[in-house]
Amino acid sequence: MIINHPLLGPRDSAEFTYMGDARLMDRPDPDAPDAAAAFYDYAYLRDNPAGWHRELWFHEAGDRSWLVVTRNTVTHEISAVELASDVARAQGRT
Amino acid sequence: MRYSAFRVIKEALTGHKGWKPAWRDPVPAAQYDIVVVGGGGHGLATAHYLAKEFGQARVAVIEKGWIGGGNVGRNTTIIRSNYLLDGNEPFYEFSLKLWENLEQDLNYNAMVSQRGILNLIHSDGQRDAFTRRGNAMILNGADADILSTEDIKKRYPFLNTDDARFPIKGGLAQHRGGTVRHDAVAWGYARSADSHGVDIIQNCEVTGFRIEDGVCKGVETTRGFIGAKKVGCAVAGNSSRLMALANMRLPMESHVLQAFVSEGLKPVLPGVITFGAGHFYCSQSDKGGLVFGGDLDGYNSYAQRGNLPAVEDVCEGAMAIFPMLGRARLLRMWGGIMDMSMDGSPIIDKTHIDGLYFNGGWCYGGFKATPASGFAFAHLLAKDEPHPTATAYRFDRFEKGRMIDEKGMGNQPNLH
Repeated sequence: MIINHPLLGPRDSAEFTYMGDARLMDRPDPDAPDAAAAFYDYAYLRDNPAGWHRELWFHEAGDRSWLVVTRNTVTHEISAVELASDVARAQGRT
Repeated sequence: MRYSAFRVIKEALTGHKGWKPAWRDPVPAAQYDIVVVGGGGHGLATAHYLAKEFGQARVAVIEKGWIGGGNVGRNTTIIRSNYLLDGNEPFYEFSLKLWENLEQDLNYNAMVSQRGILNLIHSDGQRDAFTRRGNAMILNGADADILSTEDIKKRYPFLNTDDARFPIKGGLAQHRGGTVRHDAVAWGYARSADSHGVDIIQNCEVTGFRIEDGVCKGVETTRGFIGAKKVGCAVAGNSSRLMALANMRLPMESHVLQAFVSEGLKPVLPGVITFGAGHFYCSQSDKGGLVFGGDLDGYNSYAQRGNLPAVEDVCEGAMAIFPMLGRARLLRMWGGIMDMSMDGSPIIDKTHIDGLYFNGGWCYGGFKATPASGFAFAHLLAKDEPHPTATAYRFDRFEKGRMIDEKGMGNQPNLH
């Protein structure tokens, strides 16, 4: 698979480390009253879809940026690649 | 029809006109006591033990494609019980004991071959870890043997024992481990289950569960509604997709694992060798092909095919330890979809929905577990309580902090 890095252009996926569902960016509030249940859900449960999946890839053997890749788990086709930092900023995080 | 040497001779002399199909092709009934979803090794084994050991008369296995077309047809056929942790080792040793009597139980030649499995050791730390593992195995009634480099050279003269990075310093052997003809496992269980009255319904995909007031009443399928008092799901890599139909999210990811077989060669490799440090393991099939594999590709996939970096990684491991393999041509390679759980261990448990049961999360260790998985799941379905060797395989172990993490990797499924 080739991942079209927003800054570096097309790169071999072997340069990256796969870090799972992009929802892992949304860490629950540890001070919330239901924090234990929310962290169980966050740490252990996954949608694991057959089809389009937003996921984190860490460019470990490259510029060490984190990417959010939208990839089809049935065909391995990649439709979008974003910098995780851009995704987080778009959600209002600093 | 019982299979026997006498039968083979008789049929040979009478033009092979007496052989019958090994199982029926029944029309689904409107209602069963127990429906098992998934006609793979685990589902068919479950049906066999439900009918034969637990006296269940009205059982069906439903399969979206053909039986044995999933991971039981796509693995590297190894059986072993070399686990460390208390939650696992008794279960896998129970499985190995069932393998040892499988062919007599099924009246089917599954070519169970206890040719031994050897895990290579390259450092003092690894020797300590494997010695501990071997002791845990022995404490649970399994066999384990630490071999010296000299022993290994004698048994496997072609191994590169002097690799600069991973010199071979010994090995943990389990002589009762080995290989089994994988398709015959599915066919043998199917034939036996069918002969005990189980309906095996192929080309019948589950499209939904009928759940009323928190109770599962049956399954909606492409061949209509099939009612059941209890529904057991054993669909391996498709577990998340199936259980999503019951609005469940599972503690697992589906990953692709590739495997390879060379052209047929004369016998060169008497047992199974695993080179864990180099992500490579290998055995030789009875047809002569060297069957080998390595690590997961590492990303979520339902594609049943992988990518080249994993192929390169496996082949590098092969060439490091097993240089003669470079002279063999690759015949086939394939990928299977692994239901990778969050701690690397399986789940055999009830769900929060009455009448709905789940068996999955086998990671890449499902084949060796087939008999015990079927037995334990049948026990759970028939008696509503877990089999004594499978009490730790609970859904709630992640929430309660009772993980069974053999590799100590935490909740990252692609590292188990």
